Amino acid sequence: MTETIHAEPRRRLSPRKRAQRWRLVQYAVLVVLVGLAISLANWSQILDAFFRPDLTWTTIEQGLPKAFYYTVTYTAGAFIYGLVVGTILALMKLSSVGPYRWLATAYIEFFRGLPAIIVFIAFSLLPLGIPGFRIPFPPYGTVWLALGIVGSAYIAETIRAGIQAVPRGQIEAARSLGMTAGQTMRKIALPQAFRIVLPPLTNELILLTKDSSLIFVIGITVEEFDLTYYGREIANNEANMTPLVVAGFAYLLITLPLSIIVRRMERSGAKAR
Amino acid sequence: MAEALVRINDLHKSFGDLHVLRGIDFEVGVREVVCVIGPSGSGKSTLLRCINLLETPESGQVFVDGEELTDPDCDIDTARRHIGMLFQSFNLFPHLTALENCMVAQTIVAGRGQSEASKVAMHNLERVGLGDKVHAYPAKLSGGQQQRVAIARALSMEPALMLFDEPTSALDPELVGDVLTVMRQLAEDGMTMLVVTHEMAFAREVADRVVFMDDGQIVEQGPPQDVIGNPRQERTRVFLKRVLDPTHVQPT
Ligand SMILES: Nc1ncnc2c1ncn2[C@@H]1O[C@H](COP(=O)(O)OP(=O)(O)O)[C@@H](O)[C@H]1O
Ligand SMILES: [Mg+2]
Repeated sequence: MTETIHAEPRRRLSPRKRAQRWRLVQYAVLVVLVGLAISLANWSQILDAFFRPDLTWTTIEQGLPKAFYYTVTYTAGAFIYGLVVGTILALMKLSSVGPYRWLATAYIEFFRGLPAIIVFIAFSLLPLGIPGFRIPFPPYGTVWLALGIVGSAYIAETIRAGIQAVPRGQIEAARSLGMTAGQTMRKIALPQAFRIVLPPLTNELILLTKDSSLIFVIGITVEEFDLTYYGREIANNEANMTPLVVAGFAYLLITLPLSIIVRRMERSGAKAR
Repeated sequence: MAEALVRINDLHKSFGDLHVLRGIDFEVGVREVVCVIGPSGSGKSTLLRCINLLETPESGQVFVDGEELTDPDCDIDTARRHIGMLFQSFNLFPHLTALENCMVAQTIVAGRGQSEASKVAMHNLERVGLGDKVHAYPAKLSGGQQQRVAIARALSMEPALMLFDEPTSALDPELVGDVLTVMRQLAEDGMTMLVVTHEMAFAREVADRVVFMDDGQIVEQGPPQDVIGNPRQERTRVFLKRVLDPTHVQPT
């Protein structure tokens, strides 16, 4: 009688042993999959199509820095535009004047609901649709405007959420010291909102960097190619994917550090609270 | 009570269907310390917040220093400079140091220069016993220290009247004393104070007058030894019994 009671739990594995065994199974599956990939794929063909060293070098040397420069400046300008317009829209959306709220809501919902590429196509068609119409400061004017309009709609919502995330007590404390609504917004609410929205804003910057690749539909000259346009152009000429892969990695040079910064900020933000 | 600094006439305030203040009449004299006590939800905070118009009353009048704040044409921002307000949750500005918390309104509202504002702020931080914490951010301060910075911040605007809404309710018990000591000192220095509190010992010792509120009305008021020591109204007695002897079980 007593023996059976003892024998029963002994046969079962402890949770720790079970977890160990399960991890072992996972590693085994991984090894099998990697083994299959190595033995079945035609590696020389893959390397030749995507990672040709000579083409890598040609891509870098023929104008990658310039294309990188254009991607950065296109994005940065649009982001600044988006920040300015987005902040104005956010304040409009929080306004006590109804028509301001409706206008801001209409703008935000319209441009957030559209595929970004539609906005870009519209801008490319503008000179055709309205003869004589030209946006100044080419190519930046058009790119910043098109990309900035898309960005501002998202940024407006982010900033509005940030302002509303500032606790009510902060506003009340400021107002009870005699600050006007405007002073409270500038000195108390916006600085705190800005800290709250810094991580999501950086995420918007990452998205905008990637969306900047859509400017190919606007039509720009060879001199003003961004990374995507440039990579595609060489890839077309060489009938090889390597230049596109190189251009892709150039994007990662921008987006990965930004992602790391976002994660840092989120971690320190969580600590501060 | 010689002259009234605060005068409230037939004040009513509702939130939707909830009639929170049902006709409040009362005065606070210059240099008087009035403690407001009463059960949770009785409208104490709302009354305080109506005095500096953080809440807009439906009807009735609020006069502070002879000026009618409930007049729609009153410049409420200017009026608020002379009414300090302390909150249960401190509400220090987290992006500013203790010193900057005490300076920001001085510079942008009162129009003082940096050096003068900084001098006033330092003086008031020392007054609340935090002369060594001037460069600390609120997150690095204890609750009691934060509330004292909030007092220094209000004092820096040289208020004629200070409103306290349960200033020690959010504090750990061992930190309550420091804040009450500062408030007692303020009262001795002649500050006019209206204090919502559950600290009966403080009310008994420091208040010139205690006001008991229930259900949006003033039920009874008078010197602390009367209202707390020997209440006339049954509702006051029931409330005090619960506050002073919280573990007591009513035999039914
Ligand atoms: N902003 C508000 N909106 C709706 N109801 C409120 C608001 N503020 C207070 N109340 C209600 O008014 C009543 C009185 O609240 P309050 O003045 O905070 O009471 P006390 O401070 O005495 O506990 C409560 O029932 C509360 O729920
Ligand atoms: Mg309250």
